[in-house]
Amino acid sequence: MKSKSGDRTAGDLLLDMRDIRIDGFSDDIWHPIIKGVDLKLHRGEVMGLIGESGAGKSTLGKAAMGYAQPGCRITEGTIQFDGMDLRAMNDAQLRELHGSRIAYVAQSAAASFNPAHRLIDQCVEATVGHGLRPDDEAKKDARELFAALQLPDPDNIGDRYPHQVSGGQLQRAMTAMAMSSRPDLIIFDEPTTALDVTTQVEVLAAMRDIVEQFHTAAIYITHDLAVVAQMADVIKVLRYGETVEDAPARQMLKKPEEAYTRSLWAVRSLEKPQETSEDIILRVNAVDASYGSSIKVLEDVTIDIPRGSTVAVVGESGSGKSTTARVITGLLPPMKGDVLFNDEPLPLALKDRTKDQLRRIQMIYQMADTAMNPKHTVRDIIGRPLEFYLGLSGKELDGRISELLKMIELDDSFMERLPSELSGGQKQRICIARALAADPELIICDEVTSALDQIVQEGILKLLLRLQKEFNITYLFITHDIATVKAISDQIVVMFQGRVVEQGMKNDILSPPHPDYTQLLLSSVPEMDPDWLTSLLESRGETGAMSASGN
Amino acid sequence: MSTDDQTYSAAGEVASVAERRTWWDRTWRNLKKAPVTAWFGMIVISFYFILAVFAPLLAPYGESQIFDTPYAPWSSEFWFGTDQLGRDVLSRLIYGARNTIGIAVATTALSFLIGGSLGVMAAINRSWLDQGLSRFVDVLMAIPSLIFSLMLLSIFGSNVINLIIIIAVLDATRVFRLARAVSLNVVVMDYVEASRLRGESLGWVMRRDILPNILPPMVAEFGLRFCFVFLTIASLSFLGVGIQPPTADWGSMVRENAQLISFAEYDMKAAMTPLLPAGAIALLTVAVNFVVDWFLHKTSGIRDEK
Repeated sequence: MKSKSGDRTAGDLLLDMRDIRIDGFSDDIWHPIIKGVDLKLHRGEVMGLIGESGAGKSTLGKAAMGYAQPGCRITEGTIQFDGMDLRAMNDAQLRELHGSRIAYVAQSAAASFNPAHRLIDQCVEATVGHGLRPDDEAKKDARELFAALQLPDPDNIGDRYPHQVSGGQLQRAMTAMAMSSRPDLIIFDEPTTALDVTTQVEVLAAMRDIVEQFHTAAIYITHDLAVVAQMADVIKVLRYGETVEDAPARQMLKKPEEAYTRSLWAVRSLEKPQETSEDIILRVNAVDASYGSSIKVLEDVTIDIPRGSTVAVVGESGSGKSTTARVITGLLPPMKGDVLFNDEPLPLALKDRTKDQLRRIQMIYQMADTAMNPKHTVRDIIGRPLEFYLGLSGKELDGRISELLKMIELDDSFMERLPSELSGGQKQRICIARALAADPELIICDEVTSALDQIVQEGILKLLLRLQKEFNITYLFITHDIATVKAISDQIVVMFQGRVVEQGMKNDILSPPHPDYTQLLLSSVPEMDPDWLTSLLESRGETGAMSASGN
Repeated sequence: MSTDDQTYSAAGEVASVAERRTWWDRTWRNLKKAPVTAWFGMIVISFYFILAVFAPLLAPYGESQIFDTPYAPWSSEFWFGTDQLGRDVLSRLIYGARNTIGIAVATTALSFLIGGSLGVMAAINRSWLDQGLSRFVDVLMAIPSLIFSLMLLSIFGSNVINLIIIIAVLDATRVFRLARAVSLNVVVMDYVEASRLRGESLGWVMRRDILPNILPPMVAEFGLRFCFVFLTIASLSFLGVGIQPPTADWGSMVRENAQLISFAEYDMKAAMTPLLPAGAIALLTVAVNFVVDWFLHKTSGIRDEK
C-alpha cells in the first residue's frame, strides 16, 4: 500500500464514475434504480447529493464504494477510484479498500455500533485490521480525533459502550471511526437526519472541520438543502435515478437552473398568518408526569390551546413534547394536575374515557409506516373509525371513505391498497384521513412531517392548513423543525427538560429577545446561506452559548 | 416558482403497487418455487390425509375384525400379516392414520387456541395478568411433560377427551411463550396504540391488529408442535395410557407387536411388522418438518437471489 499522506494534494481527480446504471430486484423483475449517472469528485472536495427518497442517492453513494446492496446490481458504467477500476475488483480487493481508503458513515449510528464493544475498539478496528497502524498508535490517534470532534473527555470517552453516550456523540464517534484510517473518500449517508437541530449543528461543524483538515473528499447524502449548503463545495441533484443538475454549491443556491431544483428551493417559503381565539378548547393544567420512577418527565406543564388554531410544541428530544401528548390522550395518566377539554375535566386514564371523548381527540403519528397495520387495506384503515364511532356501514360507509380520500387529494383507486403499496406522503395522508374520519375537534400531530421529503412535507402542511380552515379543527403540533413551525403555527410552546420555557403567539416568540434556550434552538436551524454555519460558530464562540445545549 | 410538469400531486407520488393476483395464482407461483424437499413433504402429507379420510374404503378389513391366526406371516391375503389377536396389520395401519392424526390435529389446534390467545393477551396487558400467566407457565414447563401427562392421565382416566385436553394444556405453555414473544414486537407498534386510543376492545385488537401480523411464525410453529404432539401421543400409547384398544393407533401397534422383532433370525418380514407403524410416524414427522422449513424460510424474508 502506497503512502497516502504524500499525495494528498487537493484538486486531483479521485473518483470518476461514468454512466452508472444500477438495477434493483422487486416483484420478480429487475427495475432500473440509477439510469446512467456520471459523478466526478476531486481530492478535498465535498459533494452534496440531494434528492427525494427513492431518487437513488444512497444506492449511488454505495456504488461509489464499488458496492451494491443485496437486491441490487450494478449493470453498466465504470467506477475509477484513484486510477483503479472498482468494478473489476473482486470482493477481497474491495475489502482491502473499504475501511482503509474509503469509509462510510451511516444514518443511524446507534444501529451501526456493536453494543457489546467499547467505542474506541470499534473506532480503530478497521485501521488495525488493515495493518495500517499498530493498536496503541491507532488508539492514541483516535483520542486525538475525539478531541478534534469536540467530544467531551476525549481521553476516556472511548472506554464507554455505545449506549453510554448520546446520539450526537455517537454520530461523532462514527465520524472518528471513519477518519481513523485517514481515508481518501468518506461517504456520509444522511448522518445528521436523526439528530436534534441543536446537536446537528455541532456534528456538522465537527465533520466539516475534520474533512477540511485532512483534505478528505466526501460525498454527503441528504434531503436537507440547508445542511448541504453548509457542507458541500458542489451539489448534485438526483431525481428518479437521473441527474437533474450539477453545479458548484454557491452558484446552485443562488441561481438554480432547473425547474425541479427551484421547486426544492421554494419549499421553505410556506407561511401562515397567525390567528387566535379566546375560546380555549383544551387546557393542560399544571401537569406533572413520570414513567413509573421518581424522575419527573414533565414538571408543572400548563398549555392552553385555543379553538381552531395551531399550537406548536417545540424542543429537542427528551424535552417532554411527546409525553405531553401521551398525557392528553390518556395513555399516561399524570401524577398531578388535570386536562380540561371544552372546560370539562377529562378522565385522566384512557379506559375511563367515553367513546365520544375519545372521538374528539385524534392523533397522527411521525412514522406513518408503523401507524398503520400492514395487513389492513386503505378501506379498512379509514373505514374503521367510521364504523366504530359513527356506525356507518354498506354504501354509506363506502361513500364516506371515498369522500375522505378526495379530501386528502387521493382517489378511489387507493381503496384496496395496502400500506406497503403507498409512498411516504400518501401513507401520511391516509393517517390524516383516519383521524379526520372520526370528525375530531382536536388533532395531535406528533412530528408528522419530519420523516418526509421537503416537497412532500409542503404538500402535507398545505393539506393540514386547508382542512383546518374547512372544518375548524384545532392542531397541537409537536415538532423540532422550526421551518415547519413558521409555516403552520399560530402559537408556540417551547419546552426544555420537561418544563415549558416560553409560550405565546408565533411572532412574539420568533422575534427577539429570547430566553437562552429559545435563542439556541432558533439559531441552530440551518439556513440556506452557505456561510450560515461559519458565522453562527463565530458568534457562538464569542458568547459561549454552545455549552448551553446540555449535550 | 415551479412549472407545470413539476407540480406536486399526492396521487402521483411514486409507490410500488404490487400486481393484483388471485389467491390461486399466488399459491401456484409459490409452489413452483418450492424445493424438492417441500414437494416431497406435501405429497407425503396429502397421502396420509387421503388415507385418514377414506380409511373405511381403502382398508381391506375392519379396524378390529379378528381372524383365526394371530401373528400370521405376510401373505397376499394379509399383506403385512396379522397381530397378536389376529387383526389385519395393514387395515389397522390405515385406521391408525385416521385416529392418530385426527387426535393430534385436534390437540394441536386446542393448544394453539389456549396458548395463542393467552399469549397475545399477556403481551397486550403486560401487567399482573402477564406476570401471573408467565410464572404459571414457567411452573408447568419445569415439570417433565411426559411424566406429568402420565400422572394426569392416570388421575383423570385415559380416554380420548382427557388425552386431548391434557396434552393440549401442557403443550399450550410452549405456544404461549412464542405467541407472547412475537406479539410483543407487534404491540409496541403505533397502530396498536392508535387502536387503543380509538377505544377498541381487547378482542378486536387481538383479532385484527395482532393476529394477522404474527400469523407466519405461528403457522410454522403449528407444524412443529403437531409433530411433537403426535410423538407424545404415540409415546403415551406405547406406554399404554394413550389411545385405548381396540382403537387402532400407531403407538400402541408398536407396543403390541414389539416382541416380533426377536423373530428377525427366522422371518425377516415378520420382524419388520412393528417397525411399520414406527416408520409411518417417522415419515410423517419428517414430511411435516420439510414443509415447515420451507414455509419458515419463505416468510422469514431471507432472499436467495443475488
